[in-house]
Order: sequence, then C-alpha cells, then structure tokens
Amino acid sequence: MKIIVCIKQVPDTKGGVEFNPDGTLNRAAMLTIMNPDDKAGLEAALRLKDQYGAEVTVLTMGLPKATDVLQEALAMGADKAVLVTDRRLGGADTWATSTTIAGAIRNLEYDLIITGRQAIDGDTAQVGPQIAEHLQLPVISYAMDIKVDEAAKKVTVKRQYDDRYHVIEAKMPCLITALSELNEPRYMSVGGIFDAVKAEITTWGRDDLKDVDDSNIGLAGSPTKIAKASDKVRKGAGEKKAFDSPEESVSYIVEKLNEKHVI
Amino acid sequence: MALEDYKGVYVFAQQVDNEISPIAFELLGKARDLAEPLKTEVTAVLIGSGIKGLADRLAEYGADKVIVVDDPELKEYRTEPYAHALSSVINEYKPEIVLVGATAIGRDLGPTVSARVATGLTADCTQLDIGDFPLNPIPGKENEQKHNQLLMTRPAFGGNTIATIACPDNRPQMATVRPGVMQKIDPIAGKKAEIIEFNPGFTANDRYVTIKEVVKAVSDTVDIMDAKILVSGGRGVGSPENFKILEELAEALGGTVSCSRAVVDAGWKPKDLQVGQTGKTVRPNLYFAIGISGAIQHVAGMEESDIIVAINKDEDAPIFDVADYGVVGDLNKIVPQLTAAIKAEKAKKAAG
Repeated sequence: MKIIVCIKQVPDTKGGVEFNPDGTLNRAAMLTIMNPDDKAGLEAALRLKDQYGAEVTVLTMGLPKATDVLQEALAMGADKAVLVTDRRLGGADTWATSTTIAGAIRNLEYDLIITGRQAIDGDTAQVGPQIAEHLQLPVISYAMDIKVDEAAKKVTVKRQYDDRYHVIEAKMPCLITALSELNEPRYMSVGGIFDAVKAEITTWGRDDLKDVDDSNIGLAGSPTKIAKASDKVRKGAGEKKAFDSPEESVSYIVEKLNEKHVI
Repeated sequence: MALEDYKGVYVFAQQVDNEISPIAFELLGKARDLAEPLKTEVTAVLIGSGIKGLADRLAEYGADKVIVVDDPELKEYRTEPYAHALSSVINEYKPEIVLVGATAIGRDLGPTVSARVATGLTADCTQLDIGDFPLNPIPGKENEQKHNQLLMTRPAFGGNTIATIACPDNRPQMATVRPGVMQKIDPIAGKKAEIIEFNPGFTANDRYVTIKEVVKAVSDTVDIMDAKILVSGGRGVGSPENFKILEELAEALGGTVSCSRAVVDAGWKPKDLQVGQTGKTVRPNLYFAIGISGAIQHVAGMEESDIIVAINKDEDAPIFDVADYGVVGDLNKIVPQLTAAIKAEKAKKAAG
C-alpha cells in the first residue's frame, strides 16, 4: 500500500506572536513547526505502515526551508519526501495551492492520501477537499479514526460532525483529512534522525507538475485576492459601571444583552 | 458568459435530520443585507430527502426563492451527492454570490463545490460587505476598479491578523461564514417564496461513500471551545459550592460554565474547563467573566470573544480593560438576580 501525506510548515502561533515596529507580523522571527493536524495525519499513516508495511511519502509545497518539516517526517519514519518549490508558485490561495499539489501527486502512485484538516496559519480547511476534487477522489474530512482493509481496498473512517459522527466506508484510492485529536504523534527516533539526514529529498518545480495550466498557479492563478490585511487591533476597554444596587446592575446587563441580540 | 450576468445571492440552507440549522437563517439575514445594494434576490438552496416542507420557513426568514433538491441519495450528508447537488444548482442558475455556513458540513462542501465550479472560496468569514476592489482606485487605472464586489473579512493566524478578500474575476463569489456571527431577521409569518424543484440526477459512483453508522453525541459535557455562551468563574466565586449560581446562570442563557486557572489550581473545577494560555482558547459569542481578575494569561484565552461582560467587586481589576460591559459589584447579589431576569426576559420573548 502506498500512502501520500501532505504536510505544511507553519509559524508556531501558540509560541507567541512577534510584531514588527510597523505593527505587521514578524514572520521571520517566529518559530516554525509541522502543522499539528498534518502531524496527526502522518502518525496515522505511520501506524498503517507499522501494520501493513505501507510506503509513506510526505509532500510539502513551500519555500526551500520547508525541507525542515520533511526531514522531521523522515526521522519519524516516512520513507520518501517531496518538496514542491518554485517562485512561480508563490502567493497561491487555496485554489492555486490545491491545483499545484494535485499536479505533483499525479506523478506519484498512491492508494491513500492524508492531509491535515487545516493549517494553523490560515485555518481554512480547504486545500484537502480541493485536492480530492482535482484528482476526482472521494474525500472524507475531519477523521477521528482511520482503519484500512487492504485486501478489500477500503477504508473505514470515523467522520466528526458538530453533534455526531458517521462511520464511513470508502473505496481506495481516497483522500482523508485528519484531526489532531486522531492520535498522539510519535517522536523522531535517533536512528530516524540519522537516516533523515542522509535521505534524499526530491525537489520539484513548476515544470514537474503534471496537467496543471499556468492560469491556475501562483498569485496570478488565485481567484481570491487580498483587498486589505491588517494585524488585529487589540480590543480596548468598553464601559465600566458601578451602580448603587444589584437591581440596577442586572437591568444594565440585560439591556446590553438585548441590544446585542444574544438573549 | 460575462461576470455581470451572474445574478442573485444564494444561501446553502443546511438541514440535518430534516431540521434547518440555525446557520441557514443567519446566512439568509446577511444575504438580505447584501442583496439590497445589488438590487437582486435572495435564494435558499435546500438539499436533502423529504425536505420540501421546510421551504416556507426559509421564506419567513428572508428567502425570495427556494430551490429544492430532494432525492433519497441526499438523506444524510455525504460530500459527493451534496457537492453534485450544489454545483449543479450553481451551473444551472449562475448566482453571483454563494454563502455556506462554516460548519463541519459547510467546511467540506464549500471547498469541494468551489473547486468543482472553478471559483475562489474565502473561509470562516466574520464580516461580509458589498464594495469596491481594489478598495481605492489605482492612480491612472481608475476605470479598472471593480464595483459591487463581495468583500469577505476573516481572521487568520490564530486570530492575530484580519484580512479582507475579494474574488474579482470569477463567479460565483463564495464564502463560508462562521456560525453565530450574522443576524437572522425577525421572521415574517406567512411569507411565501417561489419554490423551484430541481434534480440534476444522482448516479452512485466510486466517490459515493457508504455510511455504516450514525452516532449522535450523547456527551453531557460540552467542549468549552464549542460553546456559544460561556459563564466563567474565578477565585472571586469563593468556593466550589458557590459555582452553583454560575451554573444556574449558564443554564438560563443556554451556555456552559468555564473557569480561570486559579479555580483549577484550587481543585474546584477540572482542567478541561480552564480558559487561558495554559488552558483553552475560546471565542464564544458571549463571555461572562465573574470574579475573575483578568490576568494576561487568562485574557489571552478569551479576548476574541464577541461580547465580554465582567462582574467584579474590585474596580481596578484588569478584566475591565477587555470587557465590553463591566459591572463593579458583588457577584453573590448580582448573579442570582441576573439569572432570574434572563429567565423572565426569555419567557417574555417566547410568549410574544
């Protein structure tokens, strides 16, 4: 069985956010990590490798320094790594990102593709389902549990919804998006770290993408355009009232909640 | 087809178990706002099995038209038949705007459909406006500025940045919208919409998955990260027993109790109810901070809440620096009376 896991290098927003003097985010100063949902997806793939001897290929699109997360994935136990990097692919929105990754995946053999549900920098949850659409695959989002029947070429997935979950059976090949709640990812092993340093990372550029039109990549190929971006203004203080009686305090709060339509 | 020929604001009217989800009404409310400057109509797209009877309620909440896609294949949500249904509606009727709720369904359906109809999609929007793109004309290229565009605003980077996004060259302009942000209208009793039945045909293929089991949540502990209303208590509540008055307030509001780190450290409440840097980050529509001083570590976990109400006897408590509505006073007196007042208010609204 062959599994492709799509991973992304993201700034660690939990580790504190640094701002430039002009108020913009200082991305260069922020630590980067493997996106947590993607890491859970990788762990799920590695468990299938432990179980069935699957071959796990990790794939990322990003700047050349994104090799860091590929090496981490190799040290955790992934077998092969692919970096898709090219200036012509920069500035991509989710549409252009998904067409690019789909174009890279068309060069590979696979039974299963696993992505994270969403990345902590953009939080869109769009790229996984959009890759599935470009590759004409079944997609199962928000996976809480993944089981594979290799002989029957089927997966059984617990798919989370707001108030329930579905147990879903799908034919392989298919694409699954993983929740970080799926598992506790393993640490890199010492042997894995040695092997990862020696391992060769395949690097592809725009010209290596299969069946992808120029009109669908990079900034120019992105249907969505940023009109304005700003760092969020810290919320200031609102009103503070000190009434003589609890009754007045209560009617003040009820009035405000009514104004805001929250009750 | 020219971009201007795409007309109308469409809303995916999510239903689950043949019950319309609240997000559908919220989207209709917003769609009415957007339709006005565009001088166009609001259409709800209702997808499911045996759901035609729900169309009138969508009319009462603002739909001028309801397109009903009713088919046995659509009984439970599955990506493929639903994506086929919605993208077929888009291809047939050519809307200029399509809004989808950013729910566990919409965040799967939205990206699939946008990729299928080859347009852009902006995720988890918290604000939608009609305006110009670029916002300001580029000198010398004034005539290239596009008008009547959907401007979609969303937080990113863990809420640290906020971006406004347009989709100027593709139609429809698509957005998923965070639940609980947009206002539904007061329903207009008896209002009717034009009902259009549409079925593009559903033929199962390898992309149709099989649902083996549906397991509805039975857990009575709501994850505080999912709660729309949180009533959070701090050390000022005084004792674990006294959290009862917060629980009663939460129940009256339809909310959930959470707490500060001091309360967890004191052993009054379990860790999974803790809000703050070492606990959970929450963004409810309404956050009550009761007897919470508002240390920076606590504030980091709740400052994105839409409305913050603080009750604290210490008028210098830092929680008042982030509260929208702060009341200096004794929580033991205010909270029980507030619970009673909210119950009375809700009873009044339900009656009339």
